[in-house]
Amino acid sequence: MIHRTPFSRRALLAGAAGTLALPALRPALAQGSGPIKVGVLHSLSGTMAISETALRDTVLMMVEDINAKGGLLGRKVEAVVVDPASNWPLFAEKARELLQVHKVDVTFGCWTSVSRKSVLPVFEELNGLLFYPVQYEGEEQSKNVFYTGAAPNQQAIPAVEYLMSDDGGAARRIALLGTDYVYPRTTNRILRAYLNSKGIADADILEEYTPFGHSDWQGIVSRVKAFANQGKKTAIVSTINGDANVPFYRELGNQGIKAEDIPSVAFSVGEEELAGIDTRPLVGHLAAWNYFMSVESPVNTAFKAMWASYIKNPKRVTNDPMEATYTGFRMWAQAVTQAKTTAVDAVRGAMYGQKVEAPCGYTEEMFDNHHLSKPVMIGEIMENGQFNVVYKTPTAIKAENWSPFIPENANRRKG
Amino acid sequence: MLRSLLVLLLLLAAPARAQDAFTDALRGLGGNFQSQAEAVEKLGALGDPRALPLLQALAEGRLVKTADGTVQLREGDAGEPVRINNRVRVALRGALGRLQLLSPVEAERAAAADGLFRSRSPENIPLLEDALGRESSPAVRERMALALAASRLAAPQEGVKRQGILVLAEGGSAVARGLLLEARAAHPALAPEIDAAIAAIDRRLMLKTAAETAFQGLSLGSVLLLAALGLAVTFGVMGVINMAHGEMVMLGAYTTVMVQEALRGIPALAPLSLPLSVPAAFLVTAAVGVALERGLIRHLYGRPLETLLMTFGVGMIIQQAVRLIFGAQNREVLSPAWMQGTLSLPGGIEITQNRLWIILFALAVLGITIAAIRFTRFGLEMRAVVQNRRIAATMGIRTGRVDAMTFAFGSGIAGMAGVAVSQIDNVSPNLGTGYIIDSFMVVVFGGVGSLAGTMIGAFTLGIVNKMLEPWAGAVLAKIAVLVGIMLFIQRRPKGLFALKGRAAEP
Repeated sequence: MIHRTPFSRRALLAGAAGTLALPALRPALAQGSGPIKVGVLHSLSGTMAISETALRDTVLMMVEDINAKGGLLGRKVEAVVVDPASNWPLFAEKARELLQVHKVDVTFGCWTSVSRKSVLPVFEELNGLLFYPVQYEGEEQSKNVFYTGAAPNQQAIPAVEYLMSDDGGAARRIALLGTDYVYPRTTNRILRAYLNSKGIADADILEEYTPFGHSDWQGIVSRVKAFANQGKKTAIVSTINGDANVPFYRELGNQGIKAEDIPSVAFSVGEEELAGIDTRPLVGHLAAWNYFMSVESPVNTAFKAMWASYIKNPKRVTNDPMEATYTGFRMWAQAVTQAKTTAVDAVRGAMYGQKVEAPCGYTEEMFDNHHLSKPVMIGEIMENGQFNVVYKTPTAIKAENWSPFIPENANRRKG
Repeated sequence: MLRSLLVLLLLLAAPARAQDAFTDALRGLGGNFQSQAEAVEKLGALGDPRALPLLQALAEGRLVKTADGTVQLREGDAGEPVRINNRVRVALRGALGRLQLLSPVEAERAAAADGLFRSRSPENIPLLEDALGRESSPAVRERMALALAASRLAAPQEGVKRQGILVLAEGGSAVARGLLLEARAAHPALAPEIDAAIAAIDRRLMLKTAAETAFQGLSLGSVLLLAALGLAVTFGVMGVINMAHGEMVMLGAYTTVMVQEALRGIPALAPLSLPLSVPAAFLVTAAVGVALERGLIRHLYGRPLETLLMTFGVGMIIQQAVRLIFGAQNREVLSPAWMQGTLSLPGGIEITQNRLWIILFALAVLGITIAAIRFTRFGLEMRAVVQNRRIAATMGIRTGRVDAMTFAFGSGIAGMAGVAVSQIDNVSPNLGTGYIIDSFMVVVFGGVGSLAGTMIGAFTLGIVNKMLEPWAGAVLAKIAVLVGIMLFIQRRPKGLFALKGRAAEP
C-alpha cells in the first residue's frame, strides 16, 4: 500500500498538469485538426428511455464504425453523449450545452415531437445541425434540421390507402384511436381530410383519444365492435403511443377481434414495442413503417450484423428509427466528405441531393425540403414478434412535410 | 347408345380432371396473395379431402415452397413457411368451413359453420342445408342455421333473401345486424323486412349492451377496489398517508413475474404460477411494509405532512431500485389459458374471462380483509388500538407490534392487488403511479375508515365512469368523475359512510 503512494501522487500531478495545459493548448488547435464531434441528444432515463437508448447505441456504433475506417477528413470522430432525461425543457438546455460548451459539429437526437419543438429555437439561434430520426406529424421545416423519419404521406396516408384496397380488406369505415397529444391529433386531422376526399363521410369515422398509459380498453374496444357492425367493412388506425399498446392489443385478443374481421394498422408499434407482448393473438394486425427488421436486402444484412456484433445481445432488435439514424449518419458523413469541412452552411448545401443505399433496400435521397424520400412498407405481425412485409411501394416516395390535407398549408406550399 | 357411352367416358375422365384442377389450384398457393386467395377458394369449392391438411397447414404456417414452385407440408424446421395475409385468411375461413362442415368433431363443425357465416356465399346453401339435416347438437344447429341464413341473404333471388332475413331476425347477433344493413343498401326493395329484422335485433342488443356496460363498470370497480383496499387499512384505519402504496402494488406485480419465471422450468407447477403468486406477493410486500413502518413511519406518527413527504420519497426510491434491478423495459406476464378469451352468456352477452376472475378475486380479498378485522385476535387488537391507544396498551396489547402488523397487512393486500393488475396492465417500474390517485379517491369518497364504504365507492365510481365513457370519451369521463367527487365531498366531507361516535374523533 505504502510504496504505491508516491506513484499515484505522481500520476495525480501529471494529470493536474495535463488539465492545466489543456485550455492553453486549445487556441493552438486550428479548426480542423482535432476530432470531429458528434452530439447525441437522446433520453437515457425517464419514460422515453425505453425507445431512445437504442438510438444512442446506434450513433455510438456508427462512430466506432467510421473510426475503424480511418475517420472523416482524416480526423477522428468523437461522440458527446448527454442525457436530457425525457424532460422537454432540459432538451433545450442540453442542446445549448452541446453547441456552446462542447462545440459539436452535428447532433443526432430527439424522439417525441415536443422535444424537437423544444430544441428547435436553440439550433436556429446558434446555427447548429440536428438529425431527427423519427416519423412525425409534419408541418415543420427548419434549415437547421434534417428529418430522416417519415412525413405523414410516407406512412399514415399509404397505410390507410392499403386498408381501403382489396388486399387490405376494402375498409369503408375507419376508427381512429390515439393517445391524447399533438402527434395523433395532427395525424388524425390529416387522415380525416384525406378520408373525406376519398368519399368517406364523417359518420363513417370514429375518433377516440385516451391518456398516456391508458390500461382499461374494455369500453373503447366494445365501441369499435359496435361501430364495425353497421354494414360496412371496418378497420382501426392506431396512433396509440408507448406502453398503452400492450393492454390495448390484449383487449383486442380477449374480445376476439381477429385481423380478418377488423384489421388494425399502427404507426408507433415496432419490433421493440412488441418485445413485451404475447403476439400470438395479434397475428395479421398491421404496422406501417419505412423499414422492418425482416426486410431482405444486402444493406440490411450488413446493418443487422453490424448491430449484433456491436451490442452483443442476441435479443436486441433493429427498428425503423434506428435505420433512420443509420441512414442520416451515412448521409452526413458523405456530405462532410464532399464539402471537405464540417461547417454547418457548407454541409447543409452538400446534403441536398445526397443519396444513400438504406437498409430498407431502396436508395433514399435528401431533398431541399430537408426530408428524405422513403419507401412505405406495411408489415403483418407474426407469431415471433417480427413483421412480414405484405405491401411496399415500388419506389421511394418524396416527403410532403406540408400536408395538402391541411387547408392552412395552401399558401405555404405555393410559396 | 352412343350418348350413354360418351357419358360413361366422361365419368371415367372426371377423376383425372379433378386431379388436374386440384394440382392446378395447389400451384396457386405458392403465388402472390391474390393467387393464393383464389387457389384457396378453388380448393374449398372442389371439396377434395386431400386439400384439408394442406389448407390447415397454410393457416398455421406449416407449408413450405419447393424448388419447382409448388408447395408441400413442412418437415421439421426446413425452409421458409409460405406467408399469407388477411385476404388469404378470409378465403381460408370459407374453404376450411366447407371442408370441415361434416367433420366428426363437434368443435370443428361449429367453427366451420362460423366460417361459412362470415364468408356467406350462396354456393354454400345446399351444403349447409345438407349438414343441417344431419346435425344433432343443438348449439351447432343454431350456428349452422345462422350461416345458412347469411348465405341465403347473399343469394340473388328475393324470395331466398326473405327466408334468410327472417332467421337472422330471430337469432342474429350484432354481426348479423351489420350484414342486414349491407343488404339493405344493395336492395332497397327489401327495406321494410330488413328494418323489422334490425329492430328485433336491436331490442335484444339493448339488454346485451346494458349488461356489458354494467360488467365493464364492475370490472373497473373491482380493480379500484383491489388498489384501494390496502389503503383503506393503512390510511383509513391507521391514518397514515402512504404515498408509496402504489409501489406496493408494483412490487406485487413484479413478484408475479419472478414467480412465473422461477416456475417456468418446472412443468408440474408452471400452470399454478398465478395462484402461487398471490401468497408470495402478500409476503413480499408485507415484509417491505414492516420494514417501512418499523424503520421510518413509526417515528412520524401524528405528523401527516412529514409522513406524506417521506413515503413519497420512499416510493421514488423503490421505483428507481426496481428500474435498476429489472430494467426500464416492460416485463411480460403470461396469462393462463383459463384467463383468456370471452365467456358467452345467454342473450349473446360476452364477458372477458380475465376481468371476470379479477372481479371474483377482488370480492375474495375484500371478504378476507373483513374477516381478518372482524373475527381474528389480530383484528380485535387492531380495532382496540385504533379506538383508544392508551387503554389498549393498559390492557396488555403491544401497540407498536399491532401498528407494524396492521401496516404489513395493508401493504400485503396491495401486493395481492399487484398480482391481479399484472394481468391487465403493463408491469413496469411506474405501474404504481397510476393507481395511487385512484386509491385515495376511492377511500375518501367511500368514507375514511369504512371498508363497506370503500367497496361501494369503488363499484360506484367504476360503473359511473363506464356509463359516461360512451358519451364523453375516456379522458372527459375521468375528469367528470373527479369533478363529481369534488362536489360530493363539499356536501359530505366524510364520504359516503362517515364513521360515527368516538372512533371518528381522533
